[in-house]
Amino acid sequence: MTPEQIRGEVADILADIAPDEDLSDLKDDVAFRDQVELDSMDFLDIVMELRKRHRIQIPEEDYGELASMQSTVTYLVPYLKDVEKV
Amino acid sequence: MISTSSASSLPDHQRIVITGIGLTAPNGNNWTAYRESLLAGRSGVSRYEIRYVGKTLAGICDFDELRYQKRKEVRRGTRAGSVGIYCANEAIRHGGLDWENVDRAQVGIYVGVTEHGNVETENEVHALQGYGNDTSFWSHHHNPRTVANNPAGEISLNLGITGPHYTIGAACAAGNAGVIQGAQMLQLGECDVALAGGVSESIHTFGIFASFKSQGALAEHEEPMRASRPFDVDRNGIVVAEGGCIYVLERLDDARNRDARIYGELVGHAMNSDASDFVLPNPERQVECVDKALRRAGLAADQIDIVSTHATGTGMGDVQECKALRSVFDESATTHINNTKSFIGHAMGAAGALELAGNLASFHDGICHATINVDQLDDECRISGLVVNEPREMSRTDYVLNNSFGMLGINSVVIIGRV
Repeated sequence: MTPEQIRGEVADILADIAPDEDLSDLKDDVAFRDQVELDSMDFLDIVMELRKRHRIQIPEEDYGELASMQSTVTYLVPYLKDVEKV
Repeated sequence: MISTSSASSLPDHQRIVITGIGLTAPNGNNWTAYRESLLAGRSGVSRYEIRYVGKTLAGICDFDELRYQKRKEVRRGTRAGSVGIYCANEAIRHGGLDWENVDRAQVGIYVGVTEHGNVETENEVHALQGYGNDTSFWSHHHNPRTVANNPAGEISLNLGITGPHYTIGAACAAGNAGVIQGAQMLQLGECDVALAGGVSESIHTFGIFASFKSQGALAEHEEPMRASRPFDVDRNGIVVAEGGCIYVLERLDDARNRDARIYGELVGHAMNSDASDFVLPNPERQVECVDKALRRAGLAADQIDIVSTHATGTGMGDVQECKALRSVFDESATTHINNTKSFIGHAMGAAGALELAGNLASFHDGICHATINVDQLDDECRISGLVVNEPREMSRTDYVLNNSFGMLGINSVVIIGRV
């Protein structure tokens, strides 16, 4: 998957988790929590959904890497670079 | 200590009244629509399919979950939570409470449930099979969704209520038990407003269908609306239903101080246990429960205008309840007897509260709705006063007695009087 495809995938997951939010203006370099109403359970939903979709086991100490779209995509590129976008 | 004197002899601050009704049933999403369906003979049972069990029948509700919840809240919570939230909000509106100025620390939430957690656990186990039973795929939402207080807790979160909240696990007596609990907490001064009743999400667990089927107690019929047929000779079991009914309960003096419309007063109640069998009801204990409620109300049997039966459409359960009712009410020439499950199926934890709500309108319209789908009355279910297939006009309704019984031999009776 390309970084742009990964971004799209994360945006899809966020749309499922926060269905009442308008995510069209989501800024890549700003923390999700500063733009979208997300709590710790929602954040765990992101981790779980990545696990379910791509079998990625993100260690708890790396959760901070998923703070913003930019950091999330950067973190996921090595995991997903060889994965075909479905 | 709570007084057990008859309600009319209690001071107003110990008399408990119903001032709001919020409900969703398979044949109506508010009290008025529900009553119209009951008087029109309109069933809410339809075809249904659920994993592993396949095609079956159920009472399905079609209330708008998004009326009082955001999509995210629906996603995160449970069906029982959504049912409870809908009913609680409807009850508050119906009761005309000035909600913005109600002290929410003084509101208590008491919700009866037959079971809770089966739906979510089944969903997770089912999903886990797709991940090789690797429990790292088990949802972090499972525990908050399955804790026993979930439906009441979701109401608390939705409405910002900071008073006590919990569920009352009482099998299919739970709807009555929720009402009784709410009333007692008001009498104790634990709250000033009680949101009390019961909810059911049971049609979303395959286990309840499969278990009734294995027990030979799951209703089948080519015409879904004719499947729930208590007292009929051809009844063949229970139609599982979802639904909910939450009442606003207040002390009489509080209700009068705010000029609330009063839909009835809890004048008597009782709960007891069979202590005899896991599933077979015990008519002797049922009689004791009814008698205890009548004594507390200071009423004789022939003062009851409507008996709302629990009968579920099973072979023995209906017979046992009829034995009990015959021994109490056979000499009561003016007592009418009906059954609401014949319209909506068995709404489990909501059943008692919903069936009571269906009859409360009789205080105003003077009609006793029927038990439908009785083509041939079972001789063993023959009881005087049974209102069969067509509603019956009455001269006046002053008292409704509502039976609600459950597995493990739990019995509950409430008596509501006209105010």
